[in-house]
Amino acid sequence: MDTAKPRFLSDTTVMLGRSMRHIFRSLDTIITVTIMPIAFMLLFVYVFGGAIRTGTGGSYVNYLLPGILLIAIGTGISYTAVRLFTDKQGGLFDRFRSMPIAPSSLLWGHVLTSLVSNFISLIVIVLTALLIGFRSPAGPLAWLAVIGILALFTLTLTWVAVIAGLSAGSVDGASAFSYPVIFLPFISSAFVPTDSMPGPVRVFAEHQPVTSIVETLRALLSGEPAGGDIRIALAWCAGILVVAYVLAMRVYKRRIG
Amino acid sequence: MPTQEFAVSVRGLTKSYSGTPVLSGVDFEVEKGSVFALLGSNGAGKTTTVRILSTLLRPDGGTALVGGYDAVSNAGEARASISLTGQFAAVDEILTGRENLILIAKLRHLPQPRRIADELLERFGLTEAADRRVSTYSGGMRRRLDIAMSLVGSPQVVFLDEPTTGLDPKGRLEVWKTVRQLAGGGTTVFLTTQYLEEAEQLADRIAILHGGTIIANGTLAQLREMFPPAKVEYIEKQPTLEEIFLAITGHKEEK
Repeated sequence: MDTAKPRFLSDTTVMLGRSMRHIFRSLDTIITVTIMPIAFMLLFVYVFGGAIRTGTGGSYVNYLLPGILLIAIGTGISYTAVRLFTDKQGGLFDRFRSMPIAPSSLLWGHVLTSLVSNFISLIVIVLTALLIGFRSPAGPLAWLAVIGILALFTLTLTWVAVIAGLSAGSVDGASAFSYPVIFLPFISSAFVPTDSMPGPVRVFAEHQPVTSIVETLRALLSGEPAGGDIRIALAWCAGILVVAYVLAMRVYKRRIG
Repeated sequence: MPTQEFAVSVRGLTKSYSGTPVLSGVDFEVEKGSVFALLGSNGAGKTTTVRILSTLLRPDGGTALVGGYDAVSNAGEARASISLTGQFAAVDEILTGRENLILIAKLRHLPQPRRIADELLERFGLTEAADRRVSTYSGGMRRRLDIAMSLVGSPQVVFLDEPTTGLDPKGRLEVWKTVRQLAGGGTTVFLTTQYLEEAEQLADRIAILHGGTIIANGTLAQLREMFPPAKVEYIEKQPTLEEIFLAITGHKEEK
């Protein structure tokens, strides 16, 4: 089909516009993906933070921010799963699929929405962090790297969310997969250094993907070289992304058959 | 050259789900511009048939031509000539009625999506509700919007899968009126229903799907001839509960 490409672009843009409207019209989505992570951040900085020794010398909000950003993304993608599930359940998916549109624009519309909306909520969170004392000496290149890693992390988790949204049997099921994702930062170096954790927990914390991503972001934001962590972080993201994408497409094709 | 007089043409269609046959050799044709009703009880395979014809499901065997195109091998072209209104109103609850129509018009790559939306809103009596979110619509309004969305871009064949299931009598009459308008405008309407009265009211031709095959197919008059002649009995006609309901609530069926 030679008309597939322009159609894909314009169809995907229309789909993107549609689900962005959904987000801006659902107050609960905005609260959960932006206000909640900010509340977490305030809680940790002003309530727990005083008792936490990170041993890094800098302010705790500097230490904390990467983990908060990942939690925000984890929350954000659960809504992607819910939106996909609602489309599938309500029959809109069937309507779109029986129309002469680029079939992949259906999924990509949701995936792009996830990227754009998470980006917006991350900006709001970073601005709030600046207000409460977050400072970064990072240059433009380091910031670009931070944005790139956050985008890759979002894309990766979004494709996991696509699997959940397409295969879930209920709205609760569609969003439940994100709980472990939101929880993982707590068993990582996101809030406290892993040194204080008992043996097995520490081993888990140091080898799960979130720690390498958090360490990479933290290093980049504090203007230090990210070292080996960035390679581990990228490998985790790329690996999970490929597996999730392949599985998501398989689930999608099965739904069509 | 394949004859193009049929909007839908189905030959030897089979489909089974994990070994259980649902369709076992379904044949029928739908003439262009007619209203065709596929009648059958729950689970007879009506929805399976509609899903195959609307390119959502692959049949195990047989051929299905829609608007002259094979629903499997030419799905893209087939999709351009049809539209589907599924069992549940496939509308976007968060968008307004107008936005729903514009969305479909944009996805169909039509010029002036706003004007198309305005026309359909007017035609389906939704102009007043146009800028309200669909989540505030009644069941009948939702169904009307659903059907309006299926008419964006004037497809040749409109599939309506149990369009009145779950609607109250008023909503059902609204849908019936819509189907009649459609047929008047030359669109081919393929509808499935489990209500005999609905088929009788609307369809030019009725096919009965039972046990995986079409066991009867014809106009209402032809179907009547197949069965013992009507016995003439004189009885006092009592109003049906539906007639009472409609009379009290002030809605009359427009014929």
